[in-house]
Amino acid sequence: MLLRTRLALTTAAVLALTSCGGSSTGSTSAGSSSAGSSSASAGGDLSGTLTVFAAASLTEVFGELGDQLEAENPDLTVQFNFAGSSALATQLTEGAPADVFASANEQQMTVVTDAALAEGTPTVFTENVLEIAVPPGNPGDVIGLADFADPDLTLAVCAAAVPCGAAAQAVFADAGITPVPDTEEEDVKAALTKVQLGEVDAALVYATDVQAAGDAVEGIEFPEAEQEVNSYPIAVLAAAPNADAAQAFVDLVRSDTGQQALEAAGFRSP
Amino acid sequence: MTTASRRRVRRQGRRDGGVPAPLLVPAAVAVVFLVLPLVGLVVRAPWSDLGAQLTDPRVGEALRLSLETATLATLLSLVLGVPLAWVLARSRARGRAVLRALVTVPLVLPPVVGGVALFLVLGRRGLVGQYLDQWFGWTIPFSTTAVVIAETFVAMPFLVISVEGALRAADARFEDAAATLGADRWTTFRRVTLPLIAPGVAAGAVLCWARALGEFGATITFAGNFPGTTQTMPLAVYLALQSDPQAAIVLSLVLLAVSLATLLLLRDRWLGRAGAGP
Repeated sequence: MLLRTRLALTTAAVLALTSCGGSSTGSTSAGSSSAGSSSASAGGDLSGTLTVFAAASLTEVFGELGDQLEAENPDLTVQFNFAGSSALATQLTEGAPADVFASANEQQMTVVTDAALAEGTPTVFTENVLEIAVPPGNPGDVIGLADFADPDLTLAVCAAAVPCGAAAQAVFADAGITPVPDTEEEDVKAALTKVQLGEVDAALVYATDVQAAGDAVEGIEFPEAEQEVNSYPIAVLAAAPNADAAQAFVDLVRSDTGQQALEAAGFRSP
Repeated sequence: MTTASRRRVRRQGRRDGGVPAPLLVPAAVAVVFLVLPLVGLVVRAPWSDLGAQLTDPRVGEALRLSLETATLATLLSLVLGVPLAWVLARSRARGRAVLRALVTVPLVLPPVVGGVALFLVLGRRGLVGQYLDQWFGWTIPFSTTAVVIAETFVAMPFLVISVEGALRAADARFEDAAATLGADRWTTFRRVTLPLIAPGVAAGAVLCWARALGEFGATITFAGNFPGTTQTMPLAVYLALQSDPQAAIVLSLVLLAVSLATLLLLRDRWLGRAGAGP
């Protein structure tokens, strides 16, 4: 019920989401044990090592979910490799052994499916939108996307080669804005770091990054972000050494528990 | 053993020509270990794309920026690093060991951390940087100056250590002789010490230049990444790797070829002359 109400509030609701996300954290962990024990992974019979390759933006949520799966299956060890989706896709096509791949965009998942490395069809399990991050107090008086065309501000965007940069380019193109960034960052966390250090007046990052940074940055939503919603696909890999645990992890991510944890981190349900 | 007799022994050993087996085997392993990854790059390189990559103006821009900033960083390191090496090797001040440990910190510091540290000092909210910004309106991050600073920070210790080693190995009696003949310490340094350690300085400068040319972590953190201003070749390679691994291989080989060519050229013209010294 709470979930449905939240989903109904689309645009101006992320700040509200942020505040109720905090209060729902307790219910998330409380609900997780019951949902987890009733899920397919129940019984605690999974063992060995599960290796998950996941986009860097999933670090916090997947870490939590991994801990939960380990708690339910004492013989199971969950290992994560968090990095940029394209770096992970490259590692996988170069033969890195893994059980699950969760990408921050469909393009990099396609790299993996084209190489016939995924088992079945990947499913989109969550979505993320861009948001403007500014240092606390907003020293550059940034109000919207158009400020990225202001040459007097120090601005960071992601490089076009990485997913957040591709999304930023598309958003700017849709809005007819020619941005004048001072730096094109190698990944979204690097862009966020520059905001946290106060070295840029604004950076274009994901809503989840603003959420994760807490009080260190302020987030500014902008309507143009809706034009470029980022979908996160997940897949069990064809050569998964631990296919059962891989499927259990994917099921957990897609369960109510997983979706609530993702929402608390600023993601949206697809 | 005096320097002269040591040199004689070395010459004789060289004349024999043979390499002892206990040295030959590990040396061969080392060569394979160091060269095989290079072979991997060459084998996997999409040679047909080479022309398109080389004529891409952005590649030329990144290459030019890399060569310029690495050279500036090396000059800066020479101006500041050689005197520092002299202090470490020759002065009798207490706390030299601590000083040496401190100046070699950038060698062990992960370069990205070095970049953040530079922000904390020279950023527009940094210890020093905030005053540069307030008083002169000068902000260093995200500029070519920032690239040179980041590269110097990471590469200078290589030069300092090389030059200090050369100073320690140099025969101090030449300096003593110069002093007894009435030369002051600055003249002695310029006319006697510096020529003596020239090969060491040259080797240190080459090491420093190579390290600066390959610098990635501190640069992308402190200077950011913008084509034409702060995007050096290693940054371009890293970003190409995100979208087009084949292009990244070509770019790596271009950087490698240019740096090897430069070093070989310098060796013939400069190190060759220095090596033919006393």
